[in-house]
Amino acid sequence: MAPLAAPELQIPGVEDVIADAARHNGADPTKDHTMVINMGPQHPSTHGVLRLVLEIDGESVVALAPDIGYLHTGIEKTCEAKFYQQVVPLTDRIDYLSPMSNNLCYCLAVEKLLELEIPERAQYLRVLLNELTRIQSHLVWLGTHAMDIGALTVFLYCFREREEILRIFEGVAGQRMMTSYFRIGGVSLEPPTDFYERVRNFLKIMPEKIQQYENLLTGNPIWMGRLKGIGYLSAADAIALGVTGPPLRASGVDWDLRRDMPYSGYDKFQFKVPVSQEGDVWARYVVRMEEMHESVKIAQQALDGMPSGRIVADAPKIILPDREQMKTQMESLIHHFKIVTEGFGVPAGEVLQAIESPRGEMAYYVVSDGTAKPYRVHMRNPSFATLQALETMCKGRLLADVVAVIGSIDIVLGEIDR
Amino acid sequence: MYDPASALRGTEAVFAAHPEVPAVVALKDMAIDAKYDRAELTITVARENLIAAARAVQAAGYNFLEDVTAVDWYPSEPRFQITYHILSHGLKARLRLVVRLDSGDASVDTITTVWPSANFYEREVFDLFGVHFGGHPNLRRIMMPEDWQGHPLRKDYPVEGYR
Repeated sequence: MAPLAAPELQIPGVEDVIADAARHNGADPTKDHTMVINMGPQHPSTHGVLRLVLEIDGESVVALAPDIGYLHTGIEKTCEAKFYQQVVPLTDRIDYLSPMSNNLCYCLAVEKLLELEIPERAQYLRVLLNELTRIQSHLVWLGTHAMDIGALTVFLYCFREREEILRIFEGVAGQRMMTSYFRIGGVSLEPPTDFYERVRNFLKIMPEKIQQYENLLTGNPIWMGRLKGIGYLSAADAIALGVTGPPLRASGVDWDLRRDMPYSGYDKFQFKVPVSQEGDVWARYVVRMEEMHESVKIAQQALDGMPSGRIVADAPKIILPDREQMKTQMESLIHHFKIVTEGFGVPAGEVLQAIESPRGEMAYYVVSDGTAKPYRVHMRNPSFATLQALETMCKGRLLADVVAVIGSIDIVLGEIDR
Repeated sequence: MYDPASALRGTEAVFAAHPEVPAVVALKDMAIDAKYDRAELTITVARENLIAAARAVQAAGYNFLEDVTAVDWYPSEPRFQITYHILSHGLKARLRLVVRLDSGDASVDTITTVWPSANFYEREVFDLFGVHFGGHPNLRRIMMPEDWQGHPLRKDYPVEGYR
């Protein structure tokens, strides 16, 4: 058998090198210069199962198309087959990094359909837990974003603090991530006795910890070099492409639903809305870090001003009765039986309830036909819209910057695909 | 608790009660139905007027398209209700624009020319409801596989699927 011939080595000639340089200096990319490559769905820096089809010219991105749907589970269809109260656990699974925000948004939407008054104590608990969720979600963002850029240490620090929040969630709801703690009409249980103490301790140490992360990153020349001036998005583009939340505020649009269209009693809290004019990856980093500080302040106010009283609204036909009452009072037992077996009817109509989730504007559109099951539940998720702006942000930039930009828009594929 | 009598129905009642709302002023001639329920304004326009209505409300200050979705009212006709939620950052108000489509001709013009963000939303409605958006730049399935048969969010599609 003849020995295999060695493959001929292709060494680029000097013309190729010059042509390559010319392209990087802005020469027209023609069809034969570009190459189509696939990124994901199994890629560590796409934060889930995002697949990107990239057309590149050398190392610069000419076109980019996201291909989604790998996590599509038909949650909207499933909701139509459940009673109103049975939908709450499904909402956890949409944006799995901020389950409390999803619970809140859905519960507020149904409460709006019912026009139910929520006791102040339940509102404060919801605000407190939502701000902890925001901090927790931003910690995951910061850790993974820094890891994508190459700063591995930050990840471990972020997850150390996140663990503390998850323990608080576990204490309050019995679950670390899929909490399902909120109910239509209030919250499910009175928090455990050590809850307030743990939250207080956590809020005491958290500002110092955020300072620690900033010490590791903010002045770091590599971090600044990878983030500054990358992934620019103008305010007009951000609005045209449906971008919300921290990326919108980083582009200079001063808009936060918590302040501008308050829900769940947010109008009672004092906080600043961080805005940056730069519109790049760095600005998004700065805005989110500031937001964590503000969330700590809101949570502190909620904790200090926690009113006493009921944790659920006074609506026995909608809210499950207390276990004690159920064992002693006939009416409570009947209500319990009716709610569990038949659900409760919701007056016909349609509502849209929007809240400021950690990723931006989350809205639930709930249509009722008067029966005990929602006729239609639709989720407007911030990541889904923000993903459309990815091409605008990455076009003409280097391939390595795509990773930084994906990190900066903080997408969760669970809520994109639903 | 909700009182159904608090809702205003019909263009006349709504426009008389809220004459100064910019969306009402902008859509006065195009609205074929209106509703003011649970502090939310809904205005229905004819399919042919959708683009004109979208441009009119955009000019009236409703600058941000929040969401496009559909509701399937099977078996009644018009079967599909396409719902556009439009937010105004300046007015701090929201508008629900509705277009109703018959099942025989479930198609409507795309509004990507007014708000580019409608691109993904309309693809989602096309994929899950089978409503066609005329003039859309990239009308392909987005959630389901390319070769999928049927449109899962239609009411005549079983929850368990066909397989």
